Order: sequence, then C-alpha cells, then structure tokens
Amino acid sequence: MERSAIESKMVDLLVEELGIERDKITMAAKFEEDLEVDSLGVVELLMALEDNFDVNIPDEEAEAITTVSEAVDIVEAKVNA
Amino acid sequence: MEPKVVLVTGGSRGIGRAIASHFGSLGHRVVINYASNAAAAEESAAAVRAGGGEAMTIGADVGDAAAVDAMFSEIAEKMGPVEILVNNAGITRDDLMLRMKVEQWDEVIATNLRSVYLCSKAALRGMLRAKWGRIISVGSVSGIAGNPGQANYAAAKAGIIGFSKSLAKEVGSRGITVNVVAPGFIETDMTAALGEDVTSSAAGNIAVGRLGQPDEIASAVGYLASENASYITGQTLVVDGGLAL
Repeated sequence: MERSAIESKMVDLLVEELGIERDKITMAAKFEEDLEVDSLGVVELLMALEDNFDVNIPDEEAEAITTVSEAVDIVEAKVNA
Repeated sequence: MEPKVVLVTGGSRGIGRAIASHFGSLGHRVVINYASNAAAAEESAAAVRAGGGEAMTIGADVGDAAAVDAMFSEIAEKMGPVEILVNNAGITRDDLMLRMKVEQWDEVIATNLRSVYLCSKAALRGMLRAKWGRIISVGSVSGIAGNPGQANYAAAKAGIIGFSKSLAKEVGSRGITVNVVAPGFIETDMTAALGEDVTSSAAGNIAVGRLGQPDEIASAVGYLASENASYITGQTLVVDGGLAL
C-alpha cells in the first residue's frame, strides 16, 4: 500500500475518531503536545488503525509512537510486511 | 434501553444468577460464565429466557488470562462485543490469618481480583469503540469493614474498589462507567455454609433486621447499568440493609 494512502486514512481517522480539526494535522504533529490527544486517545487511534488496516500493533511498539508520521511508519511496515 | 450484551461472571448460582435473571427480564442478551457447574449455568440461562432475554453459557476460569481471552473471543463471535460487564465471580477460602495458607490467599486473589483486571481489560476495547460501556463489580462489606477469617477475601474486595476508581478516571470521558456494588449478608450458598448461628446473629446487626435476597443486589446492579446512572462512576454502592453503618 502506498504511503500517501495510509497518510490520508490516518488523517480521516484522527478527524472521525478523535474529533481533531483537519487543518491542525501535519505528519510532524505530536499527538499529545500538538493535537491535544490524551494517552487513551492514542490507544483509541491505534485500535482504529488495527481495525482499518487489519494489522496488529503490539503494545511495546505502540508506546514508542509520539508523532503522526511515526504512526504511519508502523502501519506502513505492518501492511507491507 | 435497547438490548445489550451483558456478561455475568460466576453467573451459575446465587447473586450471579439473580443478576443474570434481572438483565434477562429487561430483555438483554445475557452471557452466563461459570467455573465448573455447567448444569447450574443452564438453569440460570433458562431463567434469563423465561424472563424474555436471550442467553448463552460459557465455562471459563476467570482468573486465567488465556481462558478469559478465549471466552471473550467466543462471546464476540456469538453475541457481539460485551457492553455491560458484571464481575461477580467470587470464592471464599476463609481462615484465621495465622492459619491461612498461601494457596488460600492466592486462589481468592486470582478468582476475585485478578479476574476483574482480566475481564475488564478484555471488555474495554469494545466499549471504547462503542464509546459506551458499564463495568460493575460485586464487592463486599467485608472489603470495607473487614471481617475476621477473611483477610484474603477482604483484600480482594477492597482491591476491586481501588481498581474501579482508577479505571473510572481513565475511561470516564468515553461514556464508560465503572462502579462497585458491595453486598452485606445475602442468602446464598456462600452464606448458608456459615451455619444458622452465624447468620441469625448477623441479622441482629442489620438495621433492616434480616438477611438480603440476591434479587436485592441484582436490582442495584441493574440500576448502575442503566442510562439513569450515566453520571455515577467510581462509586461503591453498599447494599447491606444497614449492616455497616
């Protein structure tokens, strides 16, 4: 799957699942600092990613994610594995 | 309320059966978990169906992580995600502290407290997705006031209260409430084992003047699961006829 497709789905999920304004979302944005997503919100996003991309993101990898682009990296690696 | 999927752990007898029946009478889809007595669980299921609910039974040791995962997978497949979780499974291994063996401690902590962690964690995913959920755990007055011979049981039941307050704070913003119902002396097999002397002297300390009935716990659990209780979370509702005042 193309990275751009994952990025675009990621933005949709952030808007739909976590109610973040589309304009605020950049790939470099940090979930907690820039997007004001709390730690449970990050867990919810990962659950949504798992459902949408049919992948499994282990807790230890999930804990390392701080930015939107890092989340895309993990999904990209899993989807294309 | 539209029909919800309700899991009652330890639902084959006593308070668990009353809770299952109560949710059945409200038209919910009730999953009755049991440890070993499949026939008794089927009687609970029959009671649920008689009240107008849907029912299934499932055997699992709720203190065992793999068994809990397998149970939740089977429920998801057959009924859908659990929307109301009632952590009711509980055992006693009473003994005075000086005589209490480490096995008695461990068994009670596993079945009464570890199970609450395992089942709540397993249920949370679906509840977060739905942005709605109810987790109600059955505590005990023992866990609030203490009871000689029940250091293990009281520790587990007190643990449930701290657990529920913490989880309530974690997931409150997601439409999920987490509460405890703490029964006093209720007429069940568990209290019948104490003998008539103990139960009749206990009744003398109860303001209402009698032991409680399992249905009286079930209705409190039902209330906390309802939309009417949407602003109540992290609480322990003591249902003891005024025993621990």
